Amino acid sequence: SCRISSDGKPAKFQPPPKPIIIDRQKQREERRFLSPEFIPPRGRTDPHKFYIERKDMIQRRKVFNIPEFYVGHILAVTTADPYANEKANRFVGICIQRGGKGLGATFVLRNVIEGQGVEIRYELYSPRVQAIEVLKLEKRLDDNLMYLRDALPEYSTFDVNMKPVSHLDHEEIPVNKLQVRMKPKPWSKRWERPKYNIKGIKFELPEKKMKEAQKWSQPWLEFDMLREYDTSKIEEKIWKEVNEELKK
Amino acid sequence: SITGACRAIQKLTRVRVVDNSALGNTPYHRPPKCIHVYNKTGVGKVGDTILLAIKGEKKKALIVGHKMPGPPMTPRFDSNNVVLIEDNGNPIGTRIKTPIPYILRQREGEFSKVLAIARNFV
Repeated sequence: SCRISSDGKPAKFQPPPKPIIIDRQKQREERRFLSPEFIPPRGRTDPHKFYIERKDMIQRRKVFNIPEFYVGHILAVTTADPYANEKANRFVGICIQRGGKGLGATFVLRNVIEGQGVEIRYELYSPRVQAIEVLKLEKRLDDNLMYLRDALPEYSTFDVNMKPVSHLDHEEIPVNKLQVRMKPKPWSKRWERPKYNIKGIKFELPEKKMKEAQKWSQPWLEFDMLREYDTSKIEEKIWKEVNEELKK
Repeated sequence: SITGACRAIQKLTRVRVVDNSALGNTPYHRPPKCIHVYNKTGVGKVGDTILLAIKGEKKKALIVGHKMPGPPMTPRFDSNNVVLIEDNGNPIGTRIKTPIPYILRQREGEFSKVLAIARNFV
């Protein structure tokens, strides 16, 4: 039967809408993540040393899966411990810092258990770690969450038995723009000073203190050419190399 | 505490008593302080015994956690934790709620009674 519009005349032929094809494979490849410990530090050491180290790192990654994670993710790490029950020790916490380069790359997990704040530094490539699970994918506004030590303990408490929050592969990692409230001063470091450049704290200090902290700002550092270290080209080379090796 | 970066435990460090003993939990106008570390170096780490001055009395104690970062894979606590102990190694309290590092299990012989009253391990 032909469609009749309100005028009584037959309606113009409308072709069906084209199906929208979302190529998930392409989107996944487009989002490149190279773990920061692969990027060699700036220095005068022979690049061959980093090449050999990278080969060892890739060997370890083939045997043991190290997931992609950033500072602010909630991880659960099981390590082999001769003194623990069932020889395995599980710790859940928020990643507050990622340091070290090459095989000595570390990350620090923090959690508050029974009112006591605990931080553990784990080595990514240590044979003692048996499993790293990402429970919640969530980036924060800063690269370094050391200020959580001086924040109210509610911001560092995470349930030890929390279920992993599902995350689709192709979606972008959400950024949590949480502004953390701090304990009263004194803090372990003067986080209001511009050298730390922290955006994730809700400073409830008087305006006078904030202005006084700006006295220590060094605006010329941004333009210092000797401190520049452009890693984009190095990253691309290493990314290709690492991908080829992992696919073998 | 008011001091800045606190390292491992030595003489005159203020500590936090973690068990549920009466000596450790009754309030006093002075915090419990370390007056001697039973160690060749004067620095106490996890598993060392120290002498504590609490409420005008001297008492031995066992260090179960400090603010100083130790070897990787070991926990670092936000306060210097200590468990009150007798001269023969018997703990005075009956329960320890705060988490204790697994490293102490290495010296099961000396600390078996303390580990028996501990609830959580890290």
